[in-house]
Amino acid sequence: MNKLIELKGITKSYDGETVLNHINLDIHDHEFVTLLGPSGCGKTTTLRIIGGFVTPDEGDVIFDGARINDLPPYKRHVNTVFQKYALFPHLNVYENIAFALRLARLPEAEISRRVKEMLALVALSGFEKKNVNLLSGGQQQRVAIARALINKPRVLLLDEPLGALDLKLRKDMQNELKKIQTQTGITFIYVTHDQEEALSMSDTVVVMQNGVIQQIGTPTDIYNEPVNAFVADFIGESNIVDGVMLEDKLVSFSGHTFPCLDSGFGKNQPVDVVVRPEDVDVVSPEKGMLRGIVSSVTFKGVHYEIIVDIGGFKWMIQTTDYVAPEAEIGLYIEPDAIHVMNKSEFSGQFGDYSSFSDEMDNISDPDATEEE
Amino acid sequence: MKLLSRLYMVLIFVFLYAPLLIMVLFSFNEANSLSNFTGFSLRWYEELFQSEEVLDVLSNTLILALLSAAIATVVGTAAAVGIEKMRTRWLKTAVNTVSNMPMMNPDIVTGISMALLFAFAMKLFHMESIFGFWTVLIAHVTFNLPYVILSVVPKIRQMDRFLPEAALDLGCTPMQSFFKVELPAILPGVLSGFVMALTLSLDDFVISYFNTDGDFQTLPIYIFGMTKRTVTPDIYSLSTLLFAGVLLLLILSNLMQSHAERKEQRIAAAKRRARSGRRG
Amino acid sequence: MGRVILKEKMNKKRSFLRTAAAYPHMVWSVLFIVAPLIFVLYYALTEEDASGNFYFSFANITALAGESYLPVFFRSICFAVVATAICLVLAYPLAYFLSKCKVSSQRMLIMLVMLPMWMNLLIRTYSWMNILETNGLINNLLTTIGLPNAKLLGNGAAVVLGMVYNFLPYMIMPIYTVMSKIDSRYLEAAADLGCNGPQTMLRVILPLSASGIISGITMVFVPSVSTFYISQKMGNGRFEMIGDTIERQFMSNYDYHMGATLSLVLMVLIIICLAVMNRFGDEDGGVLV
Repeated sequence: MNKLIELKGITKSYDGETVLNHINLDIHDHEFVTLLGPSGCGKTTTLRIIGGFVTPDEGDVIFDGARINDLPPYKRHVNTVFQKYALFPHLNVYENIAFALRLARLPEAEISRRVKEMLALVALSGFEKKNVNLLSGGQQQRVAIARALINKPRVLLLDEPLGALDLKLRKDMQNELKKIQTQTGITFIYVTHDQEEALSMSDTVVVMQNGVIQQIGTPTDIYNEPVNAFVADFIGESNIVDGVMLEDKLVSFSGHTFPCLDSGFGKNQPVDVVVRPEDVDVVSPEKGMLRGIVSSVTFKGVHYEIIVDIGGFKWMIQTTDYVAPEAEIGLYIEPDAIHVMNKSEFSGQFGDYSSFSDEMDNISDPDATEEE
Repeated sequence: MKLLSRLYMVLIFVFLYAPLLIMVLFSFNEANSLSNFTGFSLRWYEELFQSEEVLDVLSNTLILALLSAAIATVVGTAAAVGIEKMRTRWLKTAVNTVSNMPMMNPDIVTGISMALLFAFAMKLFHMESIFGFWTVLIAHVTFNLPYVILSVVPKIRQMDRFLPEAALDLGCTPMQSFFKVELPAILPGVLSGFVMALTLSLDDFVISYFNTDGDFQTLPIYIFGMTKRTVTPDIYSLSTLLFAGVLLLLILSNLMQSHAERKEQRIAAAKRRARSGRRG
Repeated sequence: MGRVILKEKMNKKRSFLRTAAAYPHMVWSVLFIVAPLIFVLYYALTEEDASGNFYFSFANITALAGESYLPVFFRSICFAVVATAICLVLAYPLAYFLSKCKVSSQRMLIMLVMLPMWMNLLIRTYSWMNILETNGLINNLLTTIGLPNAKLLGNGAAVVLGMVYNFLPYMIMPIYTVMSKIDSRYLEAAADLGCNGPQTMLRVILPLSASGIISGITMVFVPSVSTFYISQKMGNGRFEMIGDTIERQFMSNYDYHMGATLSLVLMVLIIICLAVMNRFGDEDGGVLV
């Protein structure tokens, strides 16, 4: 696959506040790339730079080998599905989708044919004359996709396109978007703060925080081998503890030495250790590698989610077997369940579940996750 | 392009302000001329304040404006509350349509329709004259009412609709709930309605003109009389004063508004901080 | 159960109390808005005999078609249409530029647009007379630099100038309000789909600001067509408009019946104009502000 878009050393700041700090990113043809991160991480700005709505302070935007920093949006072979869609309220469904073709002054017959084709692609045939303001969120979403795709762009940019939809609809649209991407073969660059969305749809996930790319990789890589505490915490649930790499394939944390699969660290190097909650086995105290007191148990349907206090550090563990609160239990961790990472600026900020309920509160607050 | 748009804006503003500047300038003219500026003097302002007629007209205007604005604010605020509560759709539409009429109709039609009503009443009761302070007051209240309602209604809609229920739940009578909870919530709208009514009343000429007799004069009517005679710069000094008064009112209400906005912004900022605090 | 009924009763009482708050206003509206308008109709359809009794008559209505009124109507509408068109042409670019200014300075600039409106209309008009009259400012200036005097007052252009000057802010405000609310995402979407600057203006900004244009047109047309002071002063009384005729009927001829008839026509004219404008607004999907 050849490189379609290259971002080279992109820096952007607003009012002295750096939003993007030397971003380097290659995007290949036919790829589904997701920019993932919490609000304010710079993902939307990156997207808008590719779309041509923001000019970077430094660095180059290369499209198909040519520098396009100063090319206005209307001359780029890139189209956007906007946050909250930005459908033109004065035009009906048909005219919204036909907008770009009308500008190109195509013959009416061709416009009509292509709009119908697009409506079929997004499963909205028969909606031509509908008023866009009266459509449901999901329908508006489809019109926005059709409108952006009709010009046959090389790249489609999607800015939190599912953010305004409810959970059930979001799942359906995820599948549909993926299907449309495979069908058309267009490169998708997708911005979201929803890690599950990112993992399930993308070929490549780009995790961003503080205007810096933290990690680029396939969804499996990102999940199984996060490079630092931020990525580990942002993608899925993780227990992140301080550890020391004694030697290759041997790490010590929480007062116990564990065999692991990681190597290449220095002798006695301090590291961050990630253990996913579902990778820990609950055993009797005497069989456990670690011992702890259960401080809370929550039934989640498929499994129980328990918080265990191990020497003052709270671990989250998912298990299918019931344990009683206040009980002492043992934990057994397989070598392949342990992932060792270098220390980073994020060390110590994430991965402790002492303030767990507080965090849940935050996640359920919809405003807190809104970009801009 | 940027330069061009700047230039255009400047030109329009020159067009809008040239006559005003000329007026202010010539109000300080030494000579009795509106076209040759001979020197700076406060002569015309002095003459203004020595004329009993002018002072009389000034107090007429102020009393009329304050009283009509006050009545319109009380009646209009109550009306806004009542209209918002109305469940009968056609009644609500009817009341809104009728009360907006003085706003939609040209001033001259509003003025004349009321004059006809008063003239008929005069004829009916064989009165000598009915026109004067009271007819003008009624007319002013009438055209002020829709503006008050229009500035209060949005505030009522913005208000958390559970506020009055919370007040009732905590033991307020409906009356208490209105004065203790709802009125403070809609106060900015009430105040801006009052200021709006005040300025409209100060500025009105056409409607007052048709609803008064020779004895009761407001400033605009007085000015109209002056422009029919040979004009001296004192008309400009009078207008400058009037303009300064209205300007003051506007600045005041603007300050009030931006104060309220800053307060809202502070609250929003505090909310954001609280949220990000919990995140980190 | 009893409690529920009690509550229901309380609710009823409360909502009655609430609606009752509007009663004074409703009474006022009937007395001083509805009744006067009925009197306009009543006076228009009656005449007065020598002893002061009213009798029913169509004389006033038929008089409208006569030579003394028809040209006046025609002239009023022409002047108002021209003034409205000029206002639109001047105001649209200004509103657009204003909406493109920094948000912090927009508020200030809008205040500046509105401010002249708070100077009394009579004075504003008079000030223009001062500038334009035979020995006014402009002619003084012309004399000083040795040019012959120009006759600037007392022609149709001066009347239109007076209207444009006095009502221009009424056109700027609604257009600006609508434009400043156009979501920048629409403009980005247009650029994204291939619109250059002028195309964005024509295909997106113009249709989206249609509702502002429509309310601007009505807000300028209504006072223009009904004015009586501007035409008297700027036109030296040579261009009688409906407003002037009505004023004359009331203030010097004391023919209230003819005056009422003319007001009635003015009202009907404006209602038709509003209805037409509203129709336009609906077709474009816009809403009258």
